[in-house]
Amino acid sequence: MADQAIRKAPLAGLRGGSHAAILTPAAPASRISLRAGKDAVPALSAALGVTLPLRPKTSASSGKRHALWLGPDEWLVIDEDGADLMAAAASSGALHSAVDVSHRNTAIIVSGPGAEVAINSGCPQDLSLGLFPVGACSRTVFGKAEIVLLRTAEDTFRLECWRSFSPFVFGLLSEGAEDAAH
Amino acid sequence: MLLIYCPYCEEERSELEFRNAGDAHIARPTNIADISDEEFEAYFFLRDNPKGVIFERWRHIHGCSRFFNAARDTVSDRFLTTYKAGEPKPDLDAQPKTAATVETYEALEGAAQ
Ligand SMILES: [Zn+2]
Repeated sequence: MADQAIRKAPLAGLRGGSHAAILTPAAPASRISLRAGKDAVPALSAALGVTLPLRPKTSASSGKRHALWLGPDEWLVIDEDGADLMAAAASSGALHSAVDVSHRNTAIIVSGPGAEVAINSGCPQDLSLGLFPVGACSRTVFGKAEIVLLRTAEDTFRLECWRSFSPFVFGLLSEGAEDAAH
Repeated sequence: MLLIYCPYCEEERSELEFRNAGDAHIARPTNIADISDEEFEAYFFLRDNPKGVIFERWRHIHGCSRFFNAARDTVSDRFLTTYKAGEPKPDLDAQPKTAATVETYEALEGAAQ
């Protein structure tokens, strides 16, 4: 009998896509779902080391830490180095609500000239560069799953979804990536 | 695809991101324990279900997650305007007129007999 439970990433070992849109499971990261009023934004921004954006569909990044606007008082903060975001938010001293969702979410990196087409196979948003430029982010839907999209480069998106939806999302994205190659 | 303007996201998004949340501007009585069963029924259950313009709550549940209000035509499914929660009912006569809608049941299928 095993002495220890082994943590397994939801999409561990998967690779997929096509030459037009490559799908790569993102490395584990820490994440918080952050809710706060406008008054708390300066202190939280200072404590987190990244300026919480206040405009719809925008994000801010500082190194490997990203703050994504999800709603008027809601952000998804991601740290690709796995830093303790809960402690950082708590150190702000400002009134806020932070929930650690590091293991609720997983992410898929979609990259290549067909990345937009692959994502649009299940997502209704206009992802053209004019309306969804580099740095733009949004909570939206992909097929029957809710996702959060972040455009990290002209041809690259970080697609966050809940881990229990990730096999579905990866499967549908694979189909979309195949279609994008034709 | 029906596009709905979210007043918080400040752009039109697909209906797939939204959820209807019933009639808007229904005030909860402040003396809820004192009112009669009939008054409670009227507040809690009875809705007008108009044919034409209706004021509704909508939620951008797969977007910014916010509730907001909308004036929608129940015949054409056209959204006349949307506005933030807490704002008063807009004066629809002051809104810019939209082109006549032809996608009514009557126009497409004839009057139901
Ligand atoms: Zn919205």
